[in-house]
Amino acid sequence: MEHYLDLIVRAVFMENLALAYFLGMCTFLAVSKNVKTALGVGAGVIVVQTITVPLNNVIYHGLLKQGNTLLPRVSELDLTFLGLIVYIGVIATMVQILEMVLDRFFPMLYNALGIYLPLLTVNCAILGGTLFMVDRGYSFGESVAYGFGTGTGFAVAIAVLAGIRERMTYSEPPAGLRGVGMAFLVTGLISLAFMAFTGIRL
Amino acid sequence: MSEPKARDVLWEPVFDRNPVTLLILGICSALAVTTKLETAVAMSISVTAVMVGASAVLSLIRHHVPDTIRLFAQISIIATLVIVVDQVLQAFFWELSKQLSVFVSLIVTNCIVMGRTEGFALKHPPALSVADAVGNGIGYSLVLVAVAFVRELLGSGKLFGYPVFALQSEGGWYVPNGFMARAPAAFVLIALLIWALRSFKPEQTEGQTRG
Repeated sequence: MEHYLDLIVRAVFMENLALAYFLGMCTFLAVSKNVKTALGVGAGVIVVQTITVPLNNVIYHGLLKQGNTLLPRVSELDLTFLGLIVYIGVIATMVQILEMVLDRFFPMLYNALGIYLPLLTVNCAILGGTLFMVDRGYSFGESVAYGFGTGTGFAVAIAVLAGIRERMTYSEPPAGLRGVGMAFLVTGLISLAFMAFTGIRL
Repeated sequence: MSEPKARDVLWEPVFDRNPVTLLILGICSALAVTTKLETAVAMSISVTAVMVGASAVLSLIRHHVPDTIRLFAQISIIATLVIVVDQVLQAFFWELSKQLSVFVSLIVTNCIVMGRTEGFALKHPPALSVADAVGNGIGYSLVLVAVAFVRELLGSGKLFGYPVFALQSEGGWYVPNGFMARAPAAFVLIALLIWALRSFKPEQTEGQTRG
């Protein structure tokens, strides 16, 4: 249990996908203009990440890796080079299914998340989470924890940035820094603050 | 619609419509691989290669792809090209591909590639699309190399791994600035780069209301 908690805390703070690995930056900067949308996207990332990372973990261990278990006929083949195209397919399909399920059963949630869900297909944080999971050889349990952790980390980071940017609407930075320039500087400072978590172990 | 000139298409993205600093595309990878010049150059070449390939292929088949499945077609073509690049790197530049780790694979979701195929290649003939891809590749590479230059020089006193400043630990005078090697430095450098570029080209500045 402790091990999983440690993994989650590390994924949220020390190895924050957005602030330490620069993943999902496009979404991160584009939808952080106000807190409400930022929270919507954050929730979307948590949900999609918690589903796709474990799912890709099952596919990686069950189908792609040499000596897999699900398809004995190809078990001696090493299909890991196909990984990328499979993962992105899984993510795109998952997002689509999730959208339909939410639309059918949770219309409230769908209305809140709806427009941001399709965006997540091309969010590098989602694919990055899966790739890191494969790279570090996480087990299924670990992948659930890691997916949830990275999603939460992204949500926290984007909510913080949105809060600060909302406050800065009426400030007067130099003309050249207006908009993105300022967003980058602020992200740099947040990232610096998050670095203070380095070294904390549960 | 009048066809744009190839020369404009090629050079516009380098300074006037730079994909990274003006359109804010492809930031993820732009920041992550810039601690060293070597990885930045490798990444630039990889992204440009994928972008040129994807633009050419998609532009060739643009009349045959129904609108409804065009996103899927784009993603699968880009993913295939990225796998090729990744395998080439692993085969011939093993050390380098280890350092780039997942970031080569992440070219798939790099918005520059998607943005250019979606926004340009699907509407223009192959030759123009390739010019556009090369131009955007150069624009992207310039930003990457500029950031990596500063970070490697100040962060470890080296360029391409060769010592330029004599380090204090080896009897020289330069104390490496550890901040430059860390993540926040990349954000700050890009911010400064945007500031500098927009001071020279004031028409790129954003309106007051957009915080």
